[in-house]
Amino acid sequence: MIRQTVHFLDSRTGAVPFMRKSLRYIFPDHWSFLLGEIALYAFIVLVGTGVYLTLFFEPSFAETTYTGSYKPMQGLTMSEAYRSALDLSFDVTSGLLMRQAHHWASNIFVAAIVLHLLRVFFTGGFRKPRELTWALGLMMLFASLLEGYLGYSMIDDLLSGIGLAIGYGVVLSVPVVGADLALGLWGGPFPGDAAWESRMYVAHVFLLPILIGILMAAHLALVASRHHAQFKSAKRATERKLVGMPAYPAQVPRSIGLLFATAALIFLLGGLVQINPIWQWGPFEVAQGTNGAQPDWYLGWLIGSLRLVPGFDVTIADYNLIPNPFWGGALFPIIVMAVLGAWPWLERRFGGDSHSHNILDRPRDVPVRTAFGVAFFTWVALIFIAGSADRATVFFGLDYEAQVIFFRVAVIVIPLVAFFTTRRICRELKRSEEIGFDQERAEEEAEEEEEAQEAEREKEAAPA
Amino acid sequence: MTTSPDGEPESRDIVAAGPESPRSEVTVAALLVGAAVSAIAFIGVYSVEKFSTQHELMGLTLAASFAFVAAALILLGERVLPSEEVAEDYPEVAAPQEEEEVAKVMEESAAGITRKRLLVGAGGTAGGAIGLAALTPALSLGPWFEVAPLYRTPWRAGRRLVDDEGKPYKAEEIEQETFYTAFPEGSSHRNLGASIVVVRVDPAALMLPPERAGWAPEGILAFSKICPHAACAVALYRKPTYGPTQPGPALVCPCHYSTFDPGKGGEVLFGPAGRPLPQLPLTVDAAGEMRAGGNFSDAIGPSWWGIDMEQPH
Amino acid sequence: MAPRRILLATAVTALVLAGAAYAQPRSGVVRPPDEARLPLRELGSQLYAGNCSACHGIDGSGQRVPRRTTEGIEGQGPSLRGVGARSVDFYLRTGYMPISEPEEQPTRRRPLFNEREIRALVDYVSSLPPPGPPIPQPHPERGNLAEGYELFVEHCAGCHQATAQGGVTTGARVPPLEDASAVQIAQSVRIGPYLMPKFSERQISDEELDSIIAYAELVSKRPPDEGGWGIGNLGPVPEGMVTWWLGAVVLVLVCVLIGRRLRA
Repeated sequence: MIRQTVHFLDSRTGAVPFMRKSLRYIFPDHWSFLLGEIALYAFIVLVGTGVYLTLFFEPSFAETTYTGSYKPMQGLTMSEAYRSALDLSFDVTSGLLMRQAHHWASNIFVAAIVLHLLRVFFTGGFRKPRELTWALGLMMLFASLLEGYLGYSMIDDLLSGIGLAIGYGVVLSVPVVGADLALGLWGGPFPGDAAWESRMYVAHVFLLPILIGILMAAHLALVASRHHAQFKSAKRATERKLVGMPAYPAQVPRSIGLLFATAALIFLLGGLVQINPIWQWGPFEVAQGTNGAQPDWYLGWLIGSLRLVPGFDVTIADYNLIPNPFWGGALFPIIVMAVLGAWPWLERRFGGDSHSHNILDRPRDVPVRTAFGVAFFTWVALIFIAGSADRATVFFGLDYEAQVIFFRVAVIVIPLVAFFTTRRICRELKRSEEIGFDQERAEEEAEEEEEAQEAEREKEAAPA
Repeated sequence: MTTSPDGEPESRDIVAAGPESPRSEVTVAALLVGAAVSAIAFIGVYSVEKFSTQHELMGLTLAASFAFVAAALILLGERVLPSEEVAEDYPEVAAPQEEEEVAKVMEESAAGITRKRLLVGAGGTAGGAIGLAALTPALSLGPWFEVAPLYRTPWRAGRRLVDDEGKPYKAEEIEQETFYTAFPEGSSHRNLGASIVVVRVDPAALMLPPERAGWAPEGILAFSKICPHAACAVALYRKPTYGPTQPGPALVCPCHYSTFDPGKGGEVLFGPAGRPLPQLPLTVDAAGEMRAGGNFSDAIGPSWWGIDMEQPH
Repeated sequence: MAPRRILLATAVTALVLAGAAYAQPRSGVVRPPDEARLPLRELGSQLYAGNCSACHGIDGSGQRVPRRTTEGIEGQGPSLRGVGARSVDFYLRTGYMPISEPEEQPTRRRPLFNEREIRALVDYVSSLPPPGPPIPQPHPERGNLAEGYELFVEHCAGCHQATAQGGVTTGARVPPLEDASAVQIAQSVRIGPYLMPKFSERQISDEELDSIIAYAELVSKRPPDEGGWGIGNLGPVPEGMVTWWLGAVVLVLVCVLIGRRLRA
């Protein structure tokens, strides 16, 4: 039966040699190599739930009066988009589950990408021959941020509108082309032309998912082509020899198990933990705002930077050249992306290492990279935390203005401290290890010597 | 494919022997049955009439069936199927011979061309022009280079201030220590330049710039409700119940907490806003109703490259 | 930014971060010894003299310039004449008053006076001329939720957040409405305690106020959490925390479980 099927396939497609290779493709053995897989599986859940949602969502700014089953909104004027999202939540059986699973999946998707990125960064997995894989991953991350932003923006609830207002302000602030770009995208001044909703929709459900899918396919193809990098954990593992487990039968059940575990967690959260209760925010109107308006977590670093930048515009007489939101909303993410994107080349240029690497570094082995990474991600994380300073005021009573001033200093000082501390820790760890090695070696030598002496003694004793 | 000497001898078994655990096989089967039961439970919960915890139960049953499958597969991998260590050489980083051949094919194909530069130039021009032509229809997306709409506001001298329901505001209705959201009579609320906040302060405490004398009859002030930082609605007005011990009055944006001083013509007190809140001149007509005395002091909404901040005035 | 201010802010934040709790009210209130036997008005008068007059003046007309009392309190506060039972009842039942420092933001705590003492103080202060407004009697059950939502977002959400969980304005914290009773919401809308604006009947009629209270009580006390556990009804910040501290942790544990299998 198996042989017949395989033969059928082979004679019709000629794909069996490729299958033969794929079945025994080697996966090296470390839990941290599975983080990227979580992102992939969350993406699968996103596509599945997302397709379901499109069957009910009506992307339109057209005004309507709500008559659905959520009482506190009955009789309110709202857009068809928001109305259909309410209906999806209250009047479509399992609609709310799918909506919430979709939203949790997006949060987990980006979290998994970030964890995966950190693993690759700190182990030097981006080095030759894997620079392009790294670059594709970064592109996927930033495409995903935009994808998520458009997803919660197109629902047209109060938080959507506030988020879009800020996005509009940031696009406007881009030097030279800002106004043209904003008017082109929105089709006019904020809140935009009626077509803006369709533009968000087609980008969210079609353009960006396809882009992410293509990037993902290319990313995985490159991984497979160069094979996985590995840690020097198995004794046989070298720069030239990959040691691990074959795709089938060892890796496949575990991987698909992880797919189901990811899906289980997402649907468990989707069922039991409420996310983005749009009916509590209400429909958006330009003249309305709410305290504590926040983006999803993966854009929290941008609200943090927008809030921390001191109040100034670059102006000449009455003309504004660089409006304030540019620094926090546009330049900051561009810097983060540029530094991460350029890092493999920077390290080659200044680290003087242009060799290919299949063995991953332990973070301590490369103190400068590790220290830079810790400092850099601490910088981003601090700005991220500053983005929820207003909630810290609500919960812990910390003075908001004092927090802002504290963070303005902290985002400069703490990364510097982090750099030097981390570098030192790495060097100390290495040194103590070397001492350990030396001791071991000394002990081994001593043992050998003892054995040799014993052998000699035996020899001497033998004739006697 | 290279095969390591200790990896996979082709003639004998390819896959190493598994752990042989009949008990685990039974457990895997039981877990799969659990998955089936949960999935059927999901169908059941979905099918019955709506009840209060239906959503939670649907999530729970669906998640449970996925979790059972996950557990079954992981157990299958760990205890039933073989997990052998194998090794293989990494692929060569590069194939120098093919590289050389590709380069040769490219070079030799073009060897007979005499006007190489001309062809490359013409080709590049054609490509660029077609690319531009393909992008041109994108210009219809919006008024790309026409920034006038960004300055536009519905406010003109004489336009009445009305509330959310269209009722005009009278000067006597505007009290101190509170704020009012107002719109120009007959205008869409969706226009970014429409909404304003109106507050009344003690006329003696006013410190408006000299050119705005007469903009605040009886101490009544109006400002654009849209933050000049990032277009959020300035929906907070803090005013002290007791001036001597409490922070002074201010309009605050809830997005990035830019804080504006109404008494000083919307000057920035705190936060990232780079310019003051645009002020709208007010007058009181014979009937005691509030009317705009003109357009805003500055351009409303967030700034952009080259904006003339004093444009509407 | 002046370096001193930065230094100060850093020091303050560090101090607070280190866990120094914010100021507690000073030791209890002064009570007349024969409290139970005193008539209500007399009790109110004595409580006022002992606990309020340092800041609000012995005749209730306020203390504009700070004056050091014999107890060492730097007394300063607004006039209570004409504020009526509406204000006095609100400030005492929320525990906003008495306050230990005139500059401090009053925060909700257990009232320092018992029921009879509160009634006595309300009676005494509202008896000072001129007469003020009485304690309002709202009827949220008559309110309309949709209207309440619209009015709440227009007038209240900017500070109190769309689901009435509280918030921030520069210079003050904005309390959540979870613990506020219907009467207290009605009182505060008209009084405007601390930095809160006060709203006239032109802005919010008594009927509209009923709707606002109905909506505020719904979202703050019985939030419509159709989607499961509401995680505080605060929006994306707790959602992000669940993503990382629950979602990411669980999934990493699964990875660890199935990851290092060769040495298992």
